[in-house]
Amino acid sequence: MTTSISELSAQVRRLRKHDAWYKNPLWGRLAVIECLALVLSIMTNETQGSPSDYTLLFKDSWFCVRGVQFLVAGAIVFVIAEVWRARGLSRIAAQATQPVRDLRRNKVLTNPWTKRGVLLAVTVIAVLLPLMGMFTLPYFQSVLAGQVGVYVLAALGLNVVVGWAGLLDLGYIAFFAIGAYTTAILSGKLPVGDDGNPELHPPIHLNLFFAFPIAVLLTMVAGLILGAPTLRLRGDYLAIVTLGFHEIVLNVAKNDPRGLTNGSLGATSISTFRFNLFGVHYDWRTNDAKPYWYLAIGIIIVVVFAFRRLEHSKVGRSWTAIREDEVAAAASGVPTVKYKLMAFAIGASTSGFAGVLATAKITAITPDNFPLTLSIFVLAYVIFGGMGSITGVIVGASLMTFLPAFLQGPPSWFNSGHPVVNVNDIPMWIGGVLLVMMIFRPQGLIPSKRRAQELSQAEHGVGDADAMTSPAEGVAQ
Amino acid sequence: MTTSTQTVPAGTGTGEPVLRAQGVTLRFGGLTSLDDVSVELRRGEILAVIGPNGAGKTSLFNCLTGVYLPQEGGIEFQAEPGGSWLSLRGRKPHLVNRAGVSRTFQNIRLFNALTVLENVQIAAETRVASGPVGIMLGLPGNNKAARAARHHSREMLDFVGLRGKESLIASGLSYGDQRRLEIARALASDPKVLLLDEPAAGTNPSEKLGLAQLIQRINTELGISILLIEHDMRLVMSVASRITVLNFGKVIASGSPAEVQQNPAVIEAYLGSGAVAEESVEAEAEAEAEAETVTDVVTETVTETETVTEVDTVTDVVTETDVVETEAVETETEAVETDTVAGTDADEEGSK
Repeated sequence: MTTSISELSAQVRRLRKHDAWYKNPLWGRLAVIECLALVLSIMTNETQGSPSDYTLLFKDSWFCVRGVQFLVAGAIVFVIAEVWRARGLSRIAAQATQPVRDLRRNKVLTNPWTKRGVLLAVTVIAVLLPLMGMFTLPYFQSVLAGQVGVYVLAALGLNVVVGWAGLLDLGYIAFFAIGAYTTAILSGKLPVGDDGNPELHPPIHLNLFFAFPIAVLLTMVAGLILGAPTLRLRGDYLAIVTLGFHEIVLNVAKNDPRGLTNGSLGATSISTFRFNLFGVHYDWRTNDAKPYWYLAIGIIIVVVFAFRRLEHSKVGRSWTAIREDEVAAAASGVPTVKYKLMAFAIGASTSGFAGVLATAKITAITPDNFPLTLSIFVLAYVIFGGMGSITGVIVGASLMTFLPAFLQGPPSWFNSGHPVVNVNDIPMWIGGVLLVMMIFRPQGLIPSKRRAQELSQAEHGVGDADAMTSPAEGVAQ
Repeated sequence: MTTSTQTVPAGTGTGEPVLRAQGVTLRFGGLTSLDDVSVELRRGEILAVIGPNGAGKTSLFNCLTGVYLPQEGGIEFQAEPGGSWLSLRGRKPHLVNRAGVSRTFQNIRLFNALTVLENVQIAAETRVASGPVGIMLGLPGNNKAARAARHHSREMLDFVGLRGKESLIASGLSYGDQRRLEIARALASDPKVLLLDEPAAGTNPSEKLGLAQLIQRINTELGISILLIEHDMRLVMSVASRITVLNFGKVIASGSPAEVQQNPAVIEAYLGSGAVAEESVEAEAEAEAEAETVTDVVTETVTETETVTEVDTVTDVVTETDVVETEAVETETEAVETDTVAGTDADEEGSK
């Protein structure tokens, strides 16, 4: 049998020798890259089309110096890619990251006290951050409190659902919205009556700190209501259902049931956090973002400690078991539906928590604050950082929320304070970053050990990297 | 077909049933996988279920453990001697496990990204009553319970002979060790009945010997009744106190190992109908003058195909060998393809 293989391959090689040069796929790749370069040349051109000269845009982006520049750039990319390809992509990547891996294996770093020290240092830096460099600017303080803090918290919750339990949730921000609307109602700005005056109607005026437990309970219940009938679905089906749930919540908010949500106008001038106990009085004012940042850090620390305990407990292990092999988990006595519901409820309540925090900071909400893309973005933060890894998710969410804000309005020392790229193009660049990331490091920035293990096994054809596919030996009905 | 021998000599068990299936019928559309199957596992015994590939052995296991819901029939389990009978039919898999019936799988199903210890811990901790809120708050009771479960898991790993491999990743174990780990995981939830689905499939002879000893130790030292599916007849003959034979979803024989070997229906099921089979049986019986004749032949044919492929044994022996051959051809063509890719550059026209 072996002789026939070698004969065949020899025959193939002989045949190929007489092939025309243009059949070599090398040139196909070059053509694709050059075409992409030309398209990019048009896409990034500031010149608009003109009715008097239809070919203006092409003349201006292809048949001039600009076009040549892009073609040359494409050729350079091609050469680099081919060299890279010839030398073995994964080997180069492995060599490049070797020092990092050596560092991670270092004894000093794996010592629990070192870890605690690093954790403390990170916390101290985070607390002092608003006093440093560009973060003294109100704009960046606001970004820290309103974007980074809030979405790190939300991403931590989504990590429980997606990263640990392996359930794909595309409607995660729906719970965030429920938390936000709960805040607005409890603070007395909703519902708005026929006369348009909120002050006359609402029955409740609560200190916003009480909104936390109520919002958590409500979102938990919402998570259970969504989860109970749908969690028997797997992977993609569940994702579609959660997508629908997001749309439902958004449309309910827009349709203004009984004046509860005030339609697309939403609620404005929602009160902020206030502390008034034992003679100590403190007010979180809207003109200073720093206190919100501290509050967010405090909440995140509590959540991280709680979730770390969960991860290394019976619950975390059961989630991993369900994610890896639901049939085997059930056969080992793990109540799978209960644990999936638990993950859903914990994730949903964390999202609600983040919703309260965000609402108190921005003090005005409309349904447009909670678009579907936000759900997708939070999922992207989790995947970017590394599914299942708390550190990874925090780093990923911080970077991915901070990056667009930075590109939009950098400090004066960077690009002399002008937006780095066209503001409308920012989602494109963020998408590009995600794309590159997923190609070269699919496990995320700082992957969890278990997830990295699963991914490498999936690449070798053993097991699944996610809960998207049902096991081969399914359940008959 | 049904010539089941009802008179059964007393095995090592007490004779009282612990798990019984009566008239179980399972259909997938028009295909009847199990047809009026009745099996009775007695307390303290090792009952082997054998039969050609596709006979419905694993389907029976799946019915017993709640994975499949049989259309007809009853499945009952008695945890304690003299206790009440609990119906397992239609019970959720995790509740079947909780009741005291645990199982292993034909194609090993471990949690591959977890460590050996964690695999067992998951099963052990299903008996621990601690909720997520308590865990997040770090209540001391939870830590104590978790420690006890970990200790129990270690004991089970020691019992199956995986001491010192606790912190390895499960998928990194050898095939035989993975089988043992699956057994340890099944034992960790303190079952009364253990269902082993081909525990020796794909293991080498020395590993098989070790497994036979392990199965007997589970039976005698832990006092667990065992229902065993196995193709390796040497293993079955050495450990089983009784044997039930399935063919085409029906029980065709049941009794002690010696009785089952002599049963003409069993011989027919394994070696095909007619005189050819019986002739060969007689010839070998004369040559060796032993009672192991039929089973030897069966073992040889079955184990050969098994060790070569390790494919899910769903089809019968003949078709399986066919599969082996076609697969070998496929891998060859694949090899050719990879070869061409590894050459200078892949070209579709070239390979044709």
